[in-house]
Amino acid sequence: MILKEPQIPASAPQNATVGSKIHRRAGWWAPLTKSEVIAPLIVGLCMVLLWEGLVRLFQVPPYLLPGPFLVLQTLFQEWPELFPSLLVTLKITVVAFLAATLSGLFIAVLFTQSKWIERSFFPYAVILQTTPIVAIAPLIIIWFGNNTFAALVVCAWIVAFFPIVSNTTLGLNSADHNLQNLFHLYGASRWQMLWHLRLPSAMPYFLGGLRISGGLALIGAVVAEFVAGRGGARSGLAYQILMSSYNLQIPRMFAALLMITALGVLIFVGLTILSDRLLGQWHESAIKREN
Amino acid sequence: MTSVAIALNQVDKVYNNGTVALQGVDLTIRRGEFVSLVGPSGCGKSTVLRLIAGLGTASAGHLDWGLAAENRSLAFVFQDAALMPWATVVDNVHLPLKLKGQSLRTSRSRIQEALNLVNLQGFERSFPRQLSGGMKMRVSIARALVTNPNLLLMDEPFGALDEMTRSRLNSDLLHLWESYHWTVVFVTHNIYEAVYLSNRVVVMAAHPGRVVADVPIEAPHPRNEAFRTSSLFNEYCRDILQHLSAGETAASVSDSAVPI
Repeated sequence: MILKEPQIPASAPQNATVGSKIHRRAGWWAPLTKSEVIAPLIVGLCMVLLWEGLVRLFQVPPYLLPGPFLVLQTLFQEWPELFPSLLVTLKITVVAFLAATLSGLFIAVLFTQSKWIERSFFPYAVILQTTPIVAIAPLIIIWFGNNTFAALVVCAWIVAFFPIVSNTTLGLNSADHNLQNLFHLYGASRWQMLWHLRLPSAMPYFLGGLRISGGLALIGAVVAEFVAGRGGARSGLAYQILMSSYNLQIPRMFAALLMITALGVLIFVGLTILSDRLLGQWHESAIKREN
Repeated sequence: MTSVAIALNQVDKVYNNGTVALQGVDLTIRRGEFVSLVGPSGCGKSTVLRLIAGLGTASAGHLDWGLAAENRSLAFVFQDAALMPWATVVDNVHLPLKLKGQSLRTSRSRIQEALNLVNLQGFERSFPRQLSGGMKMRVSIARALVTNPNLLLMDEPFGALDEMTRSRLNSDLLHLWESYHWTVVFVTHNIYEAVYLSNRVVVMAAHPGRVVADVPIEAPHPRNEAFRTSSLFNEYCRDILQHLSAGETAASVSDSAVPI
């Protein structure tokens, strides 16, 4: 042994990981007792109670603003009809989101392979992003003719794919400079550079893009369904909202709205968990600090 | 006289923006030599290292290698450890071998050997963020040593560390060099570090970057802490300091371009 640096006992980091694993196994309910879950729940509960109280106090008619309990009641009553619609919307969202993820990743990798490709095509990605989907959705639905599902997926995809492209491109380009030099020095191929350096470096950015896109895919799907309206053969949640508002079934409309919101929250939470799992060991954003 | 590892002949380096980083640099590194480059910032000492590493090309002059390209193996240690944050210590040290297509299983023993050299046993499964600055630098050095390089290039490797860690790593590096006799080119702005470690200290000056002195450090090996406080050590430091300030005055005179 040459020298003794004041070393942390070799077992320290291992112990830390073992400790956190034990903590994780404490039970599936453990995360629900954390303050970042409890605090918003309390706020939500207060708002719901306030809403219910005000509606009852001022005797607001339910076709103007139904109380939350009436909405919940309607949700249970209409579940057999609303749930299939939820699945339709979910399917559009998931397919569009997966398509956005794969195409976004692919396009971002393509962009970073050559500055010229990026310069030539990036503006068009921006144009696609800034085009109001409400304006072009009718056209897309007409183009696809009978295949409404594909048309709706394309609309949701257009909305969802830009954050993935721009975030991942940024991430792929932000690999540590010295590491890039090191890879060059050891004669790394373009493929090795991409696989072992650029893609891992882009991971936090890519996952950030996913979290934005997950919500956007849902919004895109709902907006497109709205535009498709009765023209759409399938009945997604947006269609149910539209129908309910035509028939002045406002509690039903709120119930459908609640489902969309819950779906959006679920998507976000799911992607956040995925992100924390993938970055858990190394990225600052996923590391819990004790100060 | 031992054989030449690499020789720079009249090397110029001019960057695209017109900055003259190096002008007429002659420098010969022999095999088994520990050579330090010292000088103020902007004197091109890092540029010399990058040219040797092939991370840039000389604008004029040429580099002559003692070994054919296929027998050369270089390693580079940067000022920041430049570790992959998503990979464990073992995976980080494995990197140069992985890029040459060797699997983790076949290179396991070499990785362990490199980690033993820098005293990092027990940290194999740690991630860089769990390590101190000094330990990260040890990982970086292990990664450089794992390929068994015949030329080790170090660019201010201990510049960002605190004094205690720096002197500890200096002693470790010196001991390793004394047992393995690698060829090392070591860039630093710390004169004491340079004298302590080197067979030769090459003093450079800025504007334009050039070599102003080549000081052989003829203290015997193995060196120890006593050498650091000896009068011989101080003499060498003073000598190099004089060369440095001489280089600087020469530069400022030529800069002003006005007869005094």
